[in-house]
Amino acid sequence: MARYIPPEQNKAGQIFDIAVVVVAIFVALWLPLKLGLAGAAKSIDPLDAKTWDALGQNATMASIWEKLGYTPEMAHDIIQNRFHYIIDWPTLVIMAVVLIAYFVFLFRASDREYREVINEKFDDK
Amino acid sequence: MTAAVETAQTTTIHGDRVSLLRVLGPAHVWALGVGIVLVGEFTGWNFSADKGGALAALIVCWIVGLLYTSVAMIDSEVTSTVAAAGGQYAQAKHIVGPLMAFNVALFLVFAYTMLEVSDAILLGDTIVAKAGVEGLTHNSFIAATIVVLAWLNYRGVLMTLNVNFVITAIAYVSIVILFFSVSPWTQGAVLKLNELVTPGNALPYGWIGVIAAFQFGIWYYLGIEGTTQAAEEVRSPARSLPYGTMAGMITLLIAAAMTWYVCASLMPWEYLGITYYPLWDAGKLTGSPLLENLLFIATLLAALASANGCINDAARAWFSLGRDRYLPSWFSAVHPKYRTPYRSILFLLPIALAFAFIADLNQAITFSILSGVLQYTFMSINIMMFRKKWPLGSIRRGYTHPFHPLPAIVLFCLCMVTFFAIFLGFGSQLIAMTVFYFLISLWFHFYRYKFVRRGDQFSMPWPKPQGY
Repeated sequence: MARYIPPEQNKAGQIFDIAVVVVAIFVALWLPLKLGLAGAAKSIDPLDAKTWDALGQNATMASIWEKLGYTPEMAHDIIQNRFHYIIDWPTLVIMAVVLIAYFVFLFRASDREYREVINEKFDDK
Repeated sequence: MTAAVETAQTTTIHGDRVSLLRVLGPAHVWALGVGIVLVGEFTGWNFSADKGGALAALIVCWIVGLLYTSVAMIDSEVTSTVAAAGGQYAQAKHIVGPLMAFNVALFLVFAYTMLEVSDAILLGDTIVAKAGVEGLTHNSFIAATIVVLAWLNYRGVLMTLNVNFVITAIAYVSIVILFFSVSPWTQGAVLKLNELVTPGNALPYGWIGVIAAFQFGIWYYLGIEGTTQAAEEVRSPARSLPYGTMAGMITLLIAAAMTWYVCASLMPWEYLGITYYPLWDAGKLTGSPLLENLLFIATLLAALASANGCINDAARAWFSLGRDRYLPSWFSAVHPKYRTPYRSILFLLPIALAFAFIADLNQAITFSILSGVLQYTFMSINIMMFRKKWPLGSIRRGYTHPFHPLPAIVLFCLCMVTFFAIFLGFGSQLIAMTVFYFLISLWFHFYRYKFVRRGDQFSMPWPKPQGY
C-alpha cells in the first residue's frame, strides 16, 4: 500500500482548528449550564408543620442538626428537597438511541481508520 | 529494554530530539492515582446519599469498588503492555483505531479538567466556610489554586508528584486518625449509626435510589486509572504501573469504607447528602478541635493533590493528541529545560479557570463522571478486542489479569447501570455531552483525520493483529 502523505497544515489552519475545539468544549460544557439542563432534578415537598418530628428526625438527628447550626425551619428545605424518580420513557429511549448510535459510529469509523493504519504499517515490511 | 522504552516518543525542539523524562517509581504512580482520587472521600461520594440514602451510599461504595477493581485489573494488563504517554489514549490507538483514541483523549481531558475544577471549587468553598468572613468569595482561592498548580506542573513532573506523594499521604493518614479517634468498635459514645440509619430511612427511595446513587458512587474512585498517564515517565512501566494501580485501589477501598462508616454514624443522611465537606463536618461533630482542624487541612490537601494530578494527566492526554496530529501539532511541544508538555498545560489553564467560575460543584462533578463512564465503557470493549487481536502468548505482557472476560463483562454491565443512574436526575446533561462527542467525532473523522500519518499511529513492536 502506498504510504499516505498528509497535507502540511499552515499556521492559520492550526489556529482555526484550535478555535473550533475551544468553541466545541465551551458549547458542550457551558450550554447545558446556560440552558438549565445541568444539575439535579429535585424539588421541595413543603410541610406546614416545621418541627423535627414532622420532618422525620428523631432526637439524635435533631441534636446533630442543632449542633450544625440548623433550626427545623432552616433544615426544612434541605430535608424536603427530594428527587422524584419517575422514569420518562421517551427521554430514556432518546438517551439510549444517542448513546448506542454514538458508540456504533465510533467503533465502525475507528475500524475503517485502523485498517488503513495496519495496512500501511505492515505492508511496508 | 522494555517495549515502552523502545517506543518512547520524542519531540524535536531546535533540531534536538526531546522526550519526557523517565524518573518515576511505583510510589509516584500510587501518589498520582490515589492523589487524584482521595478527594472523592472528602467530597462528592456523599451526594450518593442524597440520591439514595445512607445505605445506598454504602452499597454503591462496594459495587462501584467492584467496577473499579475491574478497571484496575484491565488497565494493568493493557497499560503494562502499551506503556505510552496518554494511557488509555495510546491503548485505543493501538487496539481500536484513531477516532476512538481521539475520543478517549477527550474523555480523559474532560474528566480530569472538570475534576480539577471541582477540586478548586471545594478548596475555595472550604476556606471561605472556615474564614466565616462576610462578603468573602471563593473566586480568588480558586484562581490561585489553578494557576499555582499549573505552574508547578510546568516546572517538572518529578517535583509535582513528590509534592503529591507527601500531601496525599497526610490526607490519607487524617482519615485513619479520624476513624480510630471515634472508637469505631463502640456505638453510642461518639458514633450513632443505629440511630441515624434506621430501617425507616436507610433507603428512602427504595432500590431505585440505590441505582440512582451509582452516579456519585463513581466519585469514591474516579481517576485511579490516571496512573497510566505517567507511562512514559515511569522507570519500569511493566512493574510500576500494575503495582502502583492495584496498591492505589486497595488503599482507596479501605479509605472509602472508613469514610462511609464514620460519616454515616455522625450525621443524618439528608445533611450528609448535601454537604460539600463530609469529613470536615465529621471532624467538627466529634467535638474535638484537633480533629476538626486536621480534617480541615486534610480537605484542602486532598483537593490540592487531586487538582495537581489532574493537571498532570489532562495535559499529557492533550499533548498526545498534538503529537499524533489529531489536534494541531503546536500542542506537542516539550519544554526544552523542564521536559514537560508546557503548551498543553498552559492551554488547559484558562478552560479550567472559566468553568470553575461558571459551574457549581455537583455540576462539575457530573461532567467529570460522564466522561469517566464513557471511558470505562470503552475499556470493557477494548480489553475484549485486545485479547482477540493479540491472544495470550502472541506478545509479551507485563501483567495478565485473571478471570478474563469476567472483569470486562462486570465493568460493561456496571457502566450501563451508571448511565441509567445518571439519567435519573441528570439525563439532559448526559444527552448533551454525548451529542457533543458525536459531533466532534464527525469533525475528526471527516476533516481532521486527513492530517494524521497513518502508519505512525502504530508504534508498538507487535505482530500484525489477528483478523487484519
